[in-house]
Amino acid sequence: MRSQTGNNLDGPRPVLQITGLKKRFGKRQVLKGLDIAVYPGQCLALLGPNGAGKTTTIRIVLGLVVATSGKISVFGMPLPKYLRRVKYQIGVVPQMDNLDPDLSVLENLLIYARYFRIKHATARERARELLSFFALHNRKDEIIQNLSGGQRRRLLLARALINKPRLLILDEPTIGLDPQARLLIWERLKHLREMGTTMLLTSHYMEEVARLATRVIIIDHGKSIARGGPVDIVEKMLGTEIMEIYGPEEKLSILQQALNNCNVTAERVKDRLYVYIKQSCPELDNATKDFPTVVKRPATLEDLFLKLTGRKLRET
Amino acid sequence: MYQVWYRNLKVWLKHIRASLIGNLGQPFLFLLAMGYGLGRSVPEIEGLPYLQFIAPGLVASSVMYGAAFEATYGSYTRLTTQGTFEAILMTPVSIEELAMGEILWGATKGFLGGVIMLITLPLFGVMPDLWSLALIPILFAEGIIFSALGLIMTAIATNYDFFNYFTSLVITPLFLFSGIFFSLKALAEPLRQLLYLLPLSSVVELSRNLCYGRIQDDIVLQLTDVAIFALVCSATAIYLLRRRMIQ
Repeated sequence: MRSQTGNNLDGPRPVLQITGLKKRFGKRQVLKGLDIAVYPGQCLALLGPNGAGKTTTIRIVLGLVVATSGKISVFGMPLPKYLRRVKYQIGVVPQMDNLDPDLSVLENLLIYARYFRIKHATARERARELLSFFALHNRKDEIIQNLSGGQRRRLLLARALINKPRLLILDEPTIGLDPQARLLIWERLKHLREMGTTMLLTSHYMEEVARLATRVIIIDHGKSIARGGPVDIVEKMLGTEIMEIYGPEEKLSILQQALNNCNVTAERVKDRLYVYIKQSCPELDNATKDFPTVVKRPATLEDLFLKLTGRKLRET
Repeated sequence: MYQVWYRNLKVWLKHIRASLIGNLGQPFLFLLAMGYGLGRSVPEIEGLPYLQFIAPGLVASSVMYGAAFEATYGSYTRLTTQGTFEAILMTPVSIEELAMGEILWGATKGFLGGVIMLITLPLFGVMPDLWSLALIPILFAEGIIFSALGLIMTAIATNYDFFNYFTSLVITPLFLFSGIFFSLKALAEPLRQLLYLLPLSSVVELSRNLCYGRIQDDIVLQLTDVAIFALVCSATAIYLLRRRMIQ
């Protein structure tokens, strides 16, 4: 397994490396010593509830937020010293749509290309390719207001790729989209990843992460609390299967006692018992026979996420 | 910096007609109402008929309005609702370049209005002297002053209503008390000195003198005044915009 700190001499150098990143906004400590490394060709997903520090981390990399302490380097160049050089090779899909509403679809790409000092002819060629890659070529002269949510997101992606970035930063790239629009974007992103584009992704959609990410870091309260491959991490920390049992609270308590002989962990939420199964356990199947509602299914990233970050609502 | 300026130019060219009429309407209406209307019952000031007296000052006021409005309402929209500034800052363009680009754009818009007004003065029987050519860079510098002032307001504004303070406490008083409509020379000494310190007064004075080819000793002082205002306001605007956008 690759070293996360990047101090192995023979492996590739990380595209993005963050060590001990801390950020305080007034009294609120948003990041409490975060370590991240993204290696070439990887898609690293940052998972975490709202307020966990995902967007702040991205904004620090882009120089929009100044870190309180910690080290960041991109393409081996330390920030903020080489911020400008680094930004020439980064593409960003922001969480909030900030397309230029005063400009058409094509103009959005051409004007954005100018900020990267890309020659006009090159920019036109690149814009043409990107618009057809994202199925927007028929709408190139459309004004932004007339685009659907999915089209806007695709244009944001096309814009993020106008400078052929070595690192693509995606901050909740399919937020607020319908399933069809989301599928199209996932398919395109997957294609880009297969072509070797390195990505840093934040998302709340576990399915998005499971499909796109090659590595996952779960962060909460400004620190990483779990990391690994999107499948391994669930198996290692939770198990392969999960059983949800609904029933009266007393009966569930008795059941919970009986589980001690099995290689499982259990979590009680009022009238529900979640049993995370690492190895098959015949006693469990027997013990749950009397319960009317028992659901057994493969464990997912979402289960792990909820287990680690809790089931309570965050923004209260 | 130029890229930011160019983006704004490109958008402006899309609705140039409405924008120009909006910016030029007011100074022309003042010239008509005050110059022709009031002017007939007002004696000559500083040796000039009233319309001739106020025309060069109105040129300067048109630059002020154009630049100040663009850098407040225009820039504030790009900063907040449109998220244009943030989109630009995700590229290699720095916050300083963004701020300077915005200042230069506001200056350009005000400047164009002023120059168009200057060119059309002969229609009102005002014949500018050849010295007026020297006025062109001065009007651009004036544009920088008011564009930077506007951007300062944008950087500290919390909503659009905030700009009402700027308009009624800064822009309108400057318009009325910078020697466009009456001669500051006639005022008592301490007040006269005070009014001459205002950023618009020096430009109005320069505009009138150059327009009629009167070169006086205090021109160096007035040029210095304009340069200092332009530099100080720009530096402050850049500093405040950085503070607003980089947390």
